[in-house]
Amino acid sequence: MASEITGAQALVNALEDSGVDVMFGIPGGAILPAYDPIFDSKIRHILVRHEQGAGHAATGYAQVTGRVGVCIATSGPGATNLVTPIADAQMDSVPIVAITGQVPSAAIGTDAFQEADIRGITMPVTKHNYLITDPAQIPRAIAEAFYIASSGRPGPVLVDIAKDALQKMTSYNYPKKLNLLGYNPQIEPNSEAIRDAASLIAQSSKPIFYIGGGVIKANAAKELLVLAELVGAPVVTTLMARGAFPDSHSQHLGMPGMHGTVAAVTGLQKADLLITLGARFDDRVTGKLSTFAPNAKIIHADIDPAEIGKNRYADVPIIGDLGPIIKALIPAVKAEFAKNKADITSWWKQMNSLRQKYPLGYNEPSDGSLSPQYVIERIGEITGPDGIYVAGVGQHQMWASQFVKYEKPRTWLNSGGLGTMGYAVPAAMGAKVGAPDTPVWAIDGDGCFQMTNQELVTCALNDIPIKVAVINNESLGMVRQWQTLFYKERYSNTDLHSKRIPDFAKLAEAMGCVGLRCESKGDVDKIIKEANAINDAPVVVDFSVHRDAMVWPMVAAGTSNDDILIAKEMAPDWDSQEL
Amino acid sequence: MAQHTLSVLVENSPGVLARVASLFSRRGYNIDSLAVGPTESPEISRITIVLNLEGHALDQVSAQLFKLVNVIGIQEMEDKNSHQRELLMVKVNSAGDNRSKIEAVVGKYRASIVSQATSSLTIEAIGSSAEIAALLGELSSFGIKELVQSGLIALENGDATLAERTLQETGLASSSTHSQTEDYQN
Repeated sequence: MASEITGAQALVNALEDSGVDVMFGIPGGAILPAYDPIFDSKIRHILVRHEQGAGHAATGYAQVTGRVGVCIATSGPGATNLVTPIADAQMDSVPIVAITGQVPSAAIGTDAFQEADIRGITMPVTKHNYLITDPAQIPRAIAEAFYIASSGRPGPVLVDIAKDALQKMTSYNYPKKLNLLGYNPQIEPNSEAIRDAASLIAQSSKPIFYIGGGVIKANAAKELLVLAELVGAPVVTTLMARGAFPDSHSQHLGMPGMHGTVAAVTGLQKADLLITLGARFDDRVTGKLSTFAPNAKIIHADIDPAEIGKNRYADVPIIGDLGPIIKALIPAVKAEFAKNKADITSWWKQMNSLRQKYPLGYNEPSDGSLSPQYVIERIGEITGPDGIYVAGVGQHQMWASQFVKYEKPRTWLNSGGLGTMGYAVPAAMGAKVGAPDTPVWAIDGDGCFQMTNQELVTCALNDIPIKVAVINNESLGMVRQWQTLFYKERYSNTDLHSKRIPDFAKLAEAMGCVGLRCESKGDVDKIIKEANAINDAPVVVDFSVHRDAMVWPMVAAGTSNDDILIAKEMAPDWDSQEL
Repeated sequence: MAQHTLSVLVENSPGVLARVASLFSRRGYNIDSLAVGPTESPEISRITIVLNLEGHALDQVSAQLFKLVNVIGIQEMEDKNSHQRELLMVKVNSAGDNRSKIEAVVGKYRASIVSQATSSLTIEAIGSSAEIAALLGELSSFGIKELVQSGLIALENGDATLAERTLQETGLASSSTHSQTEDYQN
């Protein structure tokens, strides 16, 4: 019989046996027993400055590597600080495992010091969670957590472990086989559904690929390229799918949705068939749902059966992993095309006319100040498609999705579903840990940056040389834009004064980073290149930009995609379009 | 019809009822009644939920429910193919000459008087939702002092069992997956 070890040692062994190479966390009372064996473990533990940073770092790591990200915190406030990144990972289907310490089992329910019912709190924002009070249960819970987080539709799993379970002795057995009665995601698609989808594709004269983040999660970008070129239809990639299909590809119309291109938004509206792969008909994409793609039949492929029909009826639902689904669609479509293929040339004529007439663009500020779009565009052009770009939430996020050109999956990270301001710096940290040889740019706003910049200390001390572009418009820019458009320019509480306080370059220096400033267009390239040349320390560049720049096009919240505006009070000239 | 009865097999693990309740609350599904209890297997509990679905599709509710890792199987119980009962206990005012009239009503519904006191009778009845509602309608004229009602429980008619259906299926696909596939094949 194997000798007994502590529950804490069993936890660390189980993490190692689950393939963990790095985790982000902060110790505290209830989790302290686990930190003793962590001291000797081969797992790299990165000591963050706030648990929220640990959670987003785990997410960034997972999004870049496709592996499960791990964060660890103590009970009570340590655990509740993880709630935002956990909810964020749930909304964006990111596989992370969160380990939290809990007060000793005898104290649970007594309102003990640093007690919070984190299992109860995170029930609605996790894929699954556990409260473990018996050390013998630790290895199985960890093994299940990694399996559940990474299989099916990925998501966050929390394992809360009582302090006494970490301290008690137990024998260690990492389960070889898991038996989850109620969990068995469907991988292979129904072949009849594939045939019907292929038949619809062949009949459609106005087809469009509506590509969501699921394609990236399923590592199916290569297969998608083959299918898309076979079908020859226009492709749109949602905010979560940027990089799933090359921006340089002639079939790509760009991003749909609230700030999508006119061609992508209108393409969905006017199509007769949506080939929906790993997308979920989110309100930011559909606009007013009842007016979305009114003439389109829907092929909806997703690994999560609950997404089928949730927002929009699916004429052909396909449940399964997008890898096998797309692989099965390719020969099925070929077989249909051998029989017949509807002509899509006039459809392409319409789409080409739209994208020629309404390309993404922006006006330079008339006063000669720096344009935020220009800065972001240049970061993308100079760093190139091999770089990884991580945005916060707001105007800079939309510009980063519009003006950086993505060619490869897992090079664009953002908080799409939850819209978590403060995501960028810690997620970029996790991304850089997962891809240490790749340049990682956090493209952040001055509002977002002030929520989580403390993790730059973690980066500086742990040799994680990320680059941060603070797109400093001294305001909560997206909120300000809405105030401009919908609240009569009454700028209630959106002025951050961040060109005055704080001094971001000095703040960066204080945190052990290189701090740079850029205020004029002529310096932009030079400073980006200077930042790219620094690889031994994190770099923060304070780009002082014009505050009145707005994100266009725009479909106002709750309105129809047909009411897309290309600038303030300016709709596309539909009369000249044949649609 | 907006009302549906779902039988849900769940792993008998801590917090499972909270997960189900949390899901229903979060997604805005209205629960009319809920009954939870043990089954023939000690590892598995059975939840019977009567839902009032206004504006939500049953398929979607089932699919969301099935995403809970502890949920093993789901089946809709329909009147035509299942036996459905709820339990009522009611304390009725029996002052004056009410007592004999109450006894007549109790006899009519095959309910029983389980306790008698100076001014009240406590009645127990088992029946379908409609029977229980009708009984309560008649008793209300005497004055109801207190009542308690269980959630509805239901069992499929015939040899089939929910556990067999769920556990023997390959892939354990959700009921919604099935209905989607069936819809789709039609």
